[in-house]
Amino acid sequence: MATVLFQTVAANRILTPSIMGFDALYVLMQTALVAGLGITGFALLPAGPKFLIEVTALVAASLMLFGTLLGRGGQDIVRTILTGVIFGILFRSLAGFLARLLDPNEYAVVQQASFASFSRVNAELLPWAAGLAGIGIAGAIRLAPRLDVLALGRRISVPLGLAHERMALLTLGLVAVLVSASTALVGPVGFFGLIVAGLAHGLTRDPRHAVLLPAAAMIAGVLLVGGQTLFERLLGLQSTLSVVVEFAGGMFFLWLLLKGRIR
Amino acid sequence: MIEIEAVSHRIGQVTILDHVGTRLPRGAMTALIGPNGAGKSTLLNLVARLLPLQEGRIAVEGLDVTRTPSRALALRMAVLGQDTAIGSRLRVRELVGFGRWPHHQGRPDPADAAAVLAALDAFGLTPLGARFLDELSGGQRQRAFVAMTFAQATDWLLLDEPLNNLDMAHARALMARLHSLVREEGKSVVLVVHEVNYAAAWADHIVALRDGRIVAEGPPAEVLTPAILCDIYGMEMAVTEHAGRPLVLHHI
Repeated sequence: MATVLFQTVAANRILTPSIMGFDALYVLMQTALVAGLGITGFALLPAGPKFLIEVTALVAASLMLFGTLLGRGGQDIVRTILTGVIFGILFRSLAGFLARLLDPNEYAVVQQASFASFSRVNAELLPWAAGLAGIGIAGAIRLAPRLDVLALGRRISVPLGLAHERMALLTLGLVAVLVSASTALVGPVGFFGLIVAGLAHGLTRDPRHAVLLPAAAMIAGVLLVGGQTLFERLLGLQSTLSVVVEFAGGMFFLWLLLKGRIR
Repeated sequence: MIEIEAVSHRIGQVTILDHVGTRLPRGAMTALIGPNGAGKSTLLNLVARLLPLQEGRIAVEGLDVTRTPSRALALRMAVLGQDTAIGSRLRVRELVGFGRWPHHQGRPDPADAAAVLAALDAFGLTPLGARFLDELSGGQRQRAFVAMTFAQATDWLLLDEPLNNLDMAHARALMARLHSLVREEGKSVVLVVHEVNYAAAWADHIVALRDGRIVAEGPPAEVLTPAILCDIYGMEMAVTEHAGRPLVLHHI
């Protein structure tokens, strides 16, 4: 859902929040925590406050990151992508640098934390994450008709009387909340959003967000639960779900590009 | 009436508009003419609040464009910009339907649906209603966007080069349609045109710009004279008369 929203603001079907360095920031945070506190310190961190702090930090950072999208005139998508990619690389290199300083045991902990896992979800955090996601989803669906106008782009939505800047910022805020809640709960899932957004657009063939958003939420649910089942029963919990999701996501991304579906 | 007072606009070091001041009359068709880079589109975009106003004041029917809520302006003036690329994949009727947005804010009623059908019909788009925009020719696309602004049913229509991509028949039909909107429904139209003869034949008022300044303004017969045209476009051209209106022989 966050990806659908993000693509609406950016008026581009290939962008996902994760391309913009969002996941890299999460990994950096985990690495920094392990480096700062050591394995025991990291393991002893109380889950609730850690989750809240992670969400707050991710929301703040992403608003700053996405804010460049509205920096000057707001329509400079190339600048936004570049900024995001550069920040992503910066975060990744910083995380890599910190990882070099860690001893191998600590590094293993970081690696654990930086792959998405749907089996290791902390049950205590679930209500919090569900609450946040619920707020985000409800907000997005309430805004659905306005999102349709937003998707037309600034040059058409402003004359139609949409407060374009405010709406774009609001949408990005929702993206930040949704992405942060899920990332802090299960870890970065990379291309998952892209698969879902692509499927939602492809299956509904409807530009209305009132249809698109629930479709995206349902597709995401089905994919995750299905993938997890497949993964538990067939693959016997080998490797991680996010590896499967990212592999499939990468293939899907290539297919979209080659088929010219992305315009 | 649209009042423009001492409006200047700069992009970096380049001055696009330099202390432009004029009044665009109500209930008339006004054409903005001038060479490339004269500032016509910038002026239109400033009135349409698509660009932030840097200096000066613009008011539409007494409403200051920088302070009036966007929706209140959307009920008074519809705008068609030059660049109409859009992200979502829409059908023609859905696009025209967005013209009703300022009225229904996401909850269309039967009156809105009727207005959309009327707009499709007015621009000969009824058979194309179910087609996707990316399956249309440039001219059909352009008509779909004009129909969207028309569906907005506002007193003012601001059109930036609406004749782009249109063939002769559709260009004339569009001008005639706009003319009848002005004459019969009392609407006001402001448009940017490159072909001065369309302005000569249909406009009531012409504003000629060059290098960010207004060089001349007034009825076609006063503005479209060889001396003024030479001053604006930098080339000699003869002007004759056809059916009581000037005819500019700029192509020979």
